[in-house]
Amino acid sequence: MAELIEIRWHGRGGQGVVTAGKLLAETAMGTGQYFQAFPDYGPERMGAPIRAFTRLSSKPITIHSQIGEPNVVLVLDPTLLGTVPVAEGLREDGILLVNTSMSPGEVRKITGFHTGKAFTVDASHIAIEEMGREITNTPMLGAFARATGLFNIEELAEQLRAWFGKKISAEAIESNVRAMRRAAEEVQQG
Amino acid sequence: MEPKGWRDIPIGGMILEAGNSVEYLTGGWRAFRPVFGEADCIHCMQCWLFCPDSSILVDPENEKMIGFDLEHCKGCGICAAICPVNAKVIRKAGEELARDDARLCIRIVEEGKFQE
Amino acid sequence: MSKFEALAGNEAVATAMRQINPDVVAAYPITPQTSTVQKFADFVADGLVDTEFVTVESEHSAMSACVGASAAGARVMTATSANGLALMWEIVYIAASNRCPIAMSLVNRALSAPINIHCDHSDVMGMRDSGWIILFSENGQEAYDNLFQAVRIGEHPDVLLPVAVCQDGFITSHGMERVEIYDDADVKEFVGEYRPQWSLLDLENPKTYGPLDFYDYYYEHKRQQVEAMEHAQQVIVDVAEEFNKKFNRNYGLFERYRLEDAEVAVVAANSTAGTAKVVVDQLRDEGLKVGLLKPRVFRPFPAKELASALSHLKAVAVMDRSISFGAMDNAGPLFLELAAALALHGVQVPMADYVYGLGGRDISPGEIESVYRDMLRVAEGGQVERMVTYLSVRE
Repeated sequence: MAELIEIRWHGRGGQGVVTAGKLLAETAMGTGQYFQAFPDYGPERMGAPIRAFTRLSSKPITIHSQIGEPNVVLVLDPTLLGTVPVAEGLREDGILLVNTSMSPGEVRKITGFHTGKAFTVDASHIAIEEMGREITNTPMLGAFARATGLFNIEELAEQLRAWFGKKISAEAIESNVRAMRRAAEEVQQG
Repeated sequence: MEPKGWRDIPIGGMILEAGNSVEYLTGGWRAFRPVFGEADCIHCMQCWLFCPDSSILVDPENEKMIGFDLEHCKGCGICAAICPVNAKVIRKAGEELARDDARLCIRIVEEGKFQE
Repeated sequence: MSKFEALAGNEAVATAMRQINPDVVAAYPITPQTSTVQKFADFVADGLVDTEFVTVESEHSAMSACVGASAAGARVMTATSANGLALMWEIVYIAASNRCPIAMSLVNRALSAPINIHCDHSDVMGMRDSGWIILFSENGQEAYDNLFQAVRIGEHPDVLLPVAVCQDGFITSHGMERVEIYDDADVKEFVGEYRPQWSLLDLENPKTYGPLDFYDYYYEHKRQQVEAMEHAQQVIVDVAEEFNKKFNRNYGLFERYRLEDAEVAVVAANSTAGTAKVVVDQLRDEGLKVGLLKPRVFRPFPAKELASALSHLKAVAVMDRSISFGAMDNAGPLFLELAAALALHGVQVPMADYVYGLGGRDISPGEIESVYRDMLRVAEGGQVERMVTYLSVRE
């Protein structure tokens, strides 16, 4: 793990953006890393664009400012492209990962991000097929693992099972895990 | 009593002696005082119940109201206002009576003007 | 055995409350404190604590219930922020002057108007004359640790004052970090039992709280509060030492970060101190001798110790997350108190105030770096150009 990795998530209220950030943080803790996970509070309602942030590090993190130049940007809702400047501040060697049926090339055009690495995966489609609902956070985490190489799927899956525990059925948990694995396989770089 | 220094008093203004308000003599605040009139007291204890300063004297053994604690009574007149014998006397008179009317059970008289 | 958990600052505080297991909690929700009491309410519902949880209709009622419960001899805790604290203002003073050792989590948020739910320190600064002991916390771990110590400090027979443990709203209260959670039994042993000396429920020794005072005794009662504050400083140090022995975390009146051999320093409280530490490290890598002083105990204000800790410096910048409107140069309170402390202890170090982050405006490492560079210029023989600078406000 590098000294500090800063991640910004984009989504809409109610899509599990904040949960995704927390899940990642818990996974980091499980592997002995340091982390921070915090949301950006704006109009608190379903459907409003929201951002969440995660910091990961091999060393204790004391910084508490907002993340202006993330290393990784994840976009959980494709409808945000073109409306929200999702690639703003993304470092030149950064990674952009978007939930969409478009190709990475098309995403680069819309967001204006022409450096670093761009990945796309149709997490919505995977979620509906595997889980019956369009909750994209878990498949996106799978794609994230593949795109960044920061975690392996097994670590994430284990954390997911621990996180959900008794809150949802075992079947539901496994469908999440399946979605995660599938997204990791289907994510495309471009 | 000499005023005490901050070290010699309980913290936070706490009062540690229960019921010590009895030491604070408020009788001097009076502009009016209660006195007995001609009508007989029926010892209903309403005056004792309603007095805000616990200034009605009672004889608990014989269950009788016996007088007024003039060291504490502030002369508010609630005892006379609540007294049912007073009410009966006023009704019988058929007109408004002055608070110091001699026919009442409890009369309220002006402090300083009253002669026993 | 302690264990590490991923917790937001408020969750850490709620966990601390569970482990303390107070007799009474009376609280009213307000962002960004709400999740603390919400989580604690879950503990109550799940039977994990014995606490009598009083759901009140306002913060004024919350603190009133706390004062009543404390006077009755209970160990009492609560939580609030900003306008919630402002609403309970008269009772806040009463809690201190009635000598009620209440422990409160104060999640710092800006006071209205306009309505702002984000972090600044205007709320806590409004209570600095109230008689409460006030502790700052850089992150959730510190808020967690401070709360245990707060209970011991407040309940100490030489103190008997309420204690507010601050942390930054949203920044740390809602920021999930790695927090070391101690063993329930160890915490229980550390906080011990509350042995109230003057409990209303002690029917063998009846008493009255909160009577009328005339000009013949009110002043003496206030003098007693001064005495308690004076004792508090040593008690805070002693409790921290005991805490360190048991939990292996060192707390003092304030924290020095690379300060001893620094030429120039910044004074910053709560989460901003954490960001400043990163800047200190970066500038040190450039060979610049900079450091940080992070206040922890704001009340009682350790003036002599602060003055001494800053006396060797060539320039000091104080960062204030609130403005004392109409005070000298419309500076912030931390600067004003520190300036007085230094001046009256014969420490002549050029000082400047940097007001930042009002209403939750972000404070970046770059901005903190600019503060250090200003001070480095002053140290080189430059003048303090402006006593008060409002960082990142748009003119």
